[in-house]
Amino acid sequence: MSNTKYILGSFADPDEMMHGIDKLQANNISIYDCFTPMPIHGIEAKLGVRPSRLPIAAFCFGALGTCAGFSLLYYTMAYDWPMNIGGKPSLPLPNFVPITFEVTILLCALGMVATFFYRNHLFPGRAPRVMDLRATDDRFIIAIDARENSDHALIDSLLKEAGAVDVKYNERKYVSYE
Amino acid sequence: MGTHSHHHDYNFNEQYTFAGTAKIVSLVAIVFGIAAIAFGLLSSEHIVVERTYANLLLMGYYFTCVCAAGAFFVALHIVTQSAWCAGIMRIPQAMASILPIASVLLLVIVGLGLYTHNLYHHWHAEGLTDPNSPNYDALIAGKETFLNVPGFLIRQIIFMGSYSIFAFILAKLSYKEDLDGGLNSYKKSFKLSAIFLVVFGFTTPIWSFDTVMSLEAHWFSTMFGWYNFAALWVSGLCAITIILVFLKKAGYMVWVNENHLHDLGKLIFGFSIFWTYVWFAQFMLIWYSNIPEETVYFYKRWEPEYKPWFWLNIIINFVAPLLLLMDRDVKRKQNTMLFVCILLLAGHWLDYYIMIMPGTVETHRGFGLIEIGTAAGFFGLFTFLVMNKLSKHALVPKNHPFLDESLHHQI
Repeated sequence: MSNTKYILGSFADPDEMMHGIDKLQANNISIYDCFTPMPIHGIEAKLGVRPSRLPIAAFCFGALGTCAGFSLLYYTMAYDWPMNIGGKPSLPLPNFVPITFEVTILLCALGMVATFFYRNHLFPGRAPRVMDLRATDDRFIIAIDARENSDHALIDSLLKEAGAVDVKYNERKYVSYE
Repeated sequence: MGTHSHHHDYNFNEQYTFAGTAKIVSLVAIVFGIAAIAFGLLSSEHIVVERTYANLLLMGYYFTCVCAAGAFFVALHIVTQSAWCAGIMRIPQAMASILPIASVLLLVIVGLGLYTHNLYHHWHAEGLTDPNSPNYDALIAGKETFLNVPGFLIRQIIFMGSYSIFAFILAKLSYKEDLDGGLNSYKKSFKLSAIFLVVFGFTTPIWSFDTVMSLEAHWFSTMFGWYNFAALWVSGLCAITIILVFLKKAGYMVWVNENHLHDLGKLIFGFSIFWTYVWFAQFMLIWYSNIPEETVYFYKRWEPEYKPWFWLNIIINFVAPLLLLMDRDVKRKQNTMLFVCILLLAGHWLDYYIMIMPGTVETHRGFGLIEIGTAAGFFGLFTFLVMNKLSKHALVPKNHPFLDESLHHQI
């Protein structure tokens, strides 16, 4: 038992998994994380997952895009080579809107994807970090840190009571490297 | 999603009781409106009569657009098989089912305005298309194949008639679903909605060209139809949200929570940006290319009597929702959403005002008893008809196939 790092309760039904979370929490057993093949409504609130900070990254990349787009236009259209187009001022702000907007959206979208990949370690050539491969297919997994919660027999019985079809004692965190 | 084990104890047969303050306020508003409109129409001054017609067109069009947005909401969410909105569907359905009344009213206003020469006199007047007449207008004569009285009226009847029939049947199918259960009503509404969206999508631009853009018949913009659609959709969403918050505050619709409100807020936010996008696309191209036949439209709106209102329009309908609705928490609170929605409804009144007034009363613009009275009258009529319709059926389509998913909606 002593080498066990994580205990994984594997459920075939999302309702039973949600029930399992309730039972574990009622017994003060802290849950490391849950893995499901599809989004489960209400699970973030139940687990106390903090809201994603991705929007902050999105805002920063968007603001960078606004500055980049506007600077490009200002340099080319108003500073380096001002041109008289249709008698308009050489700094025609309404015309700058579409391109500034497009560059904002472009950098915002690319930046969000890059941030997401960086945060989730999804680099080319990197093996994905998965704690239970069937969580990507048809199983709903509750992962419990075995060192933080010592009463493994209680965890085992609670998971099975809730309807877990399988309880695993993993000595490695990620199985996908094997 | 999969969490079906939660047992709810909502009363899905609950019905709204339309009585008390809501009923009195709507009736008083109707009486006030009728008085103001009668005062305007019976005036001995021609310009006051014309101003009243312009206001009737503004509010008649606004009223029809908001009800049509109800029908569009229903059809769109059926075709996309959206689940989140199942619990609030009765509100757009009530708006959709009074679209026939709104359409008849607008048809009467447009018809009377046309025949009394108080509206559309720009293209409907003696000798405009007769080459031998001193009034001959080559541009109007060139548009005569499309822009003529029988064609105009037939299009109005066909467009609004078809929207009304679709809207009425869509609402009726859902009311029938309450009694019969099963998937028959849903399957029928799916087909009907798909057809409706195609018809609506292709004809609303032409409908707005006829009803509003032809007030200044020399000028044209292909963006105008989508610009009007954006205004229609945002104001419709705001009306749905206001009714929802009103019902929640009165203790109804307990199954609707901040997640549903959040989704409405996101739609209002997104389509306010879309409205700006279309408004700006129309404006920027005309401003940059600087062709006199196109700039005349904005030239009129940059005269001193319209210019402040022209810019206020952008502040209310773009800057305000952009700043106020960006934050997640704002979209999840009833009071902030109520405030933004009332602001946007006022904003789109101003939007239509800027579209209609320079082409009708031109420099004799006003804001007084006639404007406030007409707006109040139509507000009262809309409130009375929609709330009355809501009180006739249960507040939720209890046999809707996605209702359970809507109850567990979480974002």
